[in-house]
Amino acid sequence: MMLSSLRIAERRLPILGQQVVRRAFHQTVQRNSAGAAAATADETREMNLFTAVNQAMDIALASDPTAIIFGEDVAFGGVFRCTQGLAEKYGKDRVFNTPLSENGIAGFAIGHASVGGTAIGEIQFADYIFPAFDQIVNEMAKFRYRSGNQWNCGNVVLRAPCGAVGHGGHYHSQSPEAYLAHTPGLVVVMPRSPKTAKGLLLSSIRSPDPVVFLEPKALYRTAVEPVPTGDYELPLGQAEVMRSGSDVTIVGWGGHLKVLEEACDMAHGLHGISCELIDLQTILPWDVDTVVESVQKTGKLVVSHEAPLTCGFGAEVVATLQEHCFLSLEAPIQRICGLDTPFPLVFEKYYIPNALKNLDAITNVMDYGR
Amino acid sequence: MKPSLQYPQRFGRILLCQARPRRAMAIRSFASVMRPKAEEEHAATSPMIRVPEEKSTIAAKTPTVSIDLHLASNDNTTEAAVFESPSEIQYAGNATMPLTSVLHIVKPSEDAPRGVWPVFRLMDENGRFRDPAFDAAVKDMKEVTTAPPSTGEAAKDLTGLRAKLQQQYPFHAKEFEACTLLQESKHPYPDTDSKNTLLRAHQQIVRLREMDTIFQNAQRQGRISFYMTCRGEEAIHFGSASALDPADTIFAQYREAGPLMWRGFTLEQFANQCFSNDGDLGKGRQMPVHYGCRALNYQTISSPLGTQIPQAVGAAYHYKLQGKPNVTVCYFGDGAASTTDFHSAFNFAATLKTPVLFFCRNNGFAISTPVAEQYAGDGIIARAPGYGMAAIRVDGNDIFAVHAAVREARAYALEHSAPVLIEAMTYRLGHHSTSDDSSSYRDKDEVSSCEHRFDPLGRFDNFLKEQGWMDDAALSALRDDEKRAVLKAMNDAEQRPPPPFKELFSDVYKEIPPHLKRQQAQLETHMKKYKGKY
Repeated sequence: MMLSSLRIAERRLPILGQQVVRRAFHQTVQRNSAGAAAATADETREMNLFTAVNQAMDIALASDPTAIIFGEDVAFGGVFRCTQGLAEKYGKDRVFNTPLSENGIAGFAIGHASVGGTAIGEIQFADYIFPAFDQIVNEMAKFRYRSGNQWNCGNVVLRAPCGAVGHGGHYHSQSPEAYLAHTPGLVVVMPRSPKTAKGLLLSSIRSPDPVVFLEPKALYRTAVEPVPTGDYELPLGQAEVMRSGSDVTIVGWGGHLKVLEEACDMAHGLHGISCELIDLQTILPWDVDTVVESVQKTGKLVVSHEAPLTCGFGAEVVATLQEHCFLSLEAPIQRICGLDTPFPLVFEKYYIPNALKNLDAITNVMDYGR
Repeated sequence: MKPSLQYPQRFGRILLCQARPRRAMAIRSFASVMRPKAEEEHAATSPMIRVPEEKSTIAAKTPTVSIDLHLASNDNTTEAAVFESPSEIQYAGNATMPLTSVLHIVKPSEDAPRGVWPVFRLMDENGRFRDPAFDAAVKDMKEVTTAPPSTGEAAKDLTGLRAKLQQQYPFHAKEFEACTLLQESKHPYPDTDSKNTLLRAHQQIVRLREMDTIFQNAQRQGRISFYMTCRGEEAIHFGSASALDPADTIFAQYREAGPLMWRGFTLEQFANQCFSNDGDLGKGRQMPVHYGCRALNYQTISSPLGTQIPQAVGAAYHYKLQGKPNVTVCYFGDGAASTTDFHSAFNFAATLKTPVLFFCRNNGFAISTPVAEQYAGDGIIARAPGYGMAAIRVDGNDIFAVHAAVREARAYALEHSAPVLIEAMTYRLGHHSTSDDSSSYRDKDEVSSCEHRFDPLGRFDNFLKEQGWMDDAALSALRDDEKRAVLKAMNDAEQRPPPPFKELFSDVYKEIPPHLKRQQAQLETHMKKYKGKY
């Protein structure tokens, strides 16, 4: 059975407005394109995450004649249906299957972008991105720098589904953002919902820097929210404060924010704790200022991600925050993360940094010193 | 209507085949192939299994065990369910394959009717063109299609030279006619006042060799940090580059300075890169010899091997989609052909039908590893049919043969929108790099023997002398001129300052992101505090 056909607990994500842009690594732009000619800026439609991703790529193909989409099983719509209907609409020379080789996909994408094309490559699972690691780390990330800005491959986006799905085991569950975030020159993005996925993906495709775009596969079908049907972009390099609060700052990214929302609800419902929840959205380069501002206000910080604890990106957040907020901190910063084990199939419920573990951390920092 | 038969699932990938009803169905027992010994024992007791008495001529060369297993019908009532064995079978992807009941493992030497791939060459060590009558075991020789011209005048200019060569070597008349090496240069190049393309190629080989010698010595003296020479492979560089369009993007490895020089990269630019000064287009960020030039369509070189190969495929795909009449050219060595990227790229190029020229410089060594330890087959070229790719093997020390092969391959790639592999056989006369001493793994006699037999410059010199274009004095004067030019470029480059400090932080991203700005500010504060220490 295909992974995407199984559902995790059905729960609607709340409708979330985007924060006002203060300083964007890449500016938010409203665009009109052929793909969204009929849509007005305000028109929205309920859609799930894979449909939102599909729409973003539809708009990209319509608005950019040099854009191509490729990867394993992409032509028939992809194993998660993200490219459904695009080959029929734009032709098999623009949306096509490649042989089964991730390093080939990444290398092909870089070359295509280096001479002026826009390349949207799909790695079927983030767990299989590692054969492409040499191309991503040594080539894609350094392409502009090493040539003295003569050549660049900024028009590359590599999409890859990531994260726990309930039954993925070692090789259909991982979240490799920390490996990637250790690479100067890359942009690493992980959206949490259909609306953010569409806007961030369009920004990533049009970004002048190469992007690895990690999609929470558990949410492809289950997360549904109103999404603007037109062409819009959300800024890269900028976090979003999903919920304002005064007691403790919670930082996370990607599909894991569903868990953190639940933890915030429990903390409020059970203990009356007011949590400020922040979605980093872009892992690299990440929005230090938004998190620092929040922690200076709350004095407490919990960072949570699905990937293993040791050298996870949470470690970077914590190290930076203690430097900037040392005198504001009222309790030791907590990291609630995946365990330092391979992703374990039958033990997933123990491995996952679930709402209960996060609730425990939230109450611990609140009780610290009392 | 003929019924179709679906084989049982235990036969794995076998799909559908057309077959006529008959009395019995013979299916090769795959199990018996896997366990011949056990089946032999079984054959003694079972009347249903036989060892065929007749074997094909190929099979007769090796002792084989071939057993046909006739499946017994379950009972006497299902006569209609028995089919005739087909002589061929269609698998997924519309691949129709003949069936054989002969168990024979095909040895590599039996693989292709051609056996070892021949090496295409025009000019021999004496600088003379080969008479194809001397060719060994090349069966599919082309006909002479261009009649030799009637004039027998001595060559005074390129037209005359071409005519003379055509008359002298009628078999190669067509090659000479099309060879752009024998035509006036169409493009003005600021770095040369050569009167024609052929002499310019020769001049640049001399220039590259002088540059290699002087820059290598500069590294030995500690003036630059690193260097890699191209000695012995110059005919590959200029033979191939001269057959390309300037808009064909080059994806090079690290031993292809020649194509960049051919396109107009000056000695000053080479020297600036190697000295990492403010004139380096790469802003001093990469080790010496990692050249790149957008204006000349030469992608910046990176050290990891093979990574440029799939990139060349992606770029060629863009040209194809845009309808540009251009190819990409990807150079790599025999060692890089062992990388994952090589295989992926070849498979991508063949299946996606991209006009890319894969140019393998088979120079015998990957640092110290000889080709005998790099691959077990017939070089790199023998892989091409496996990918469904066109290919040609060429004498890499013969500039005329390399040029002709690349020109033909380029035309083929554009006409068929398909990749072509060119394997150029040569010998790395120098060390791998300045960090390497090849005398520790290869015999000095081998090197001097190869220098004698394979040196592309000596062969080119001989050709020019044979034509009466150059004599020893002219050759010596040319070497002196180029040596002086290289020394001047090097000394000038050495005087220039390094690139400005701010270039450390630029170009990581298109715009400097906040965290890098912070790091830049921190570093500047630190440097102010410890003034004079950096």
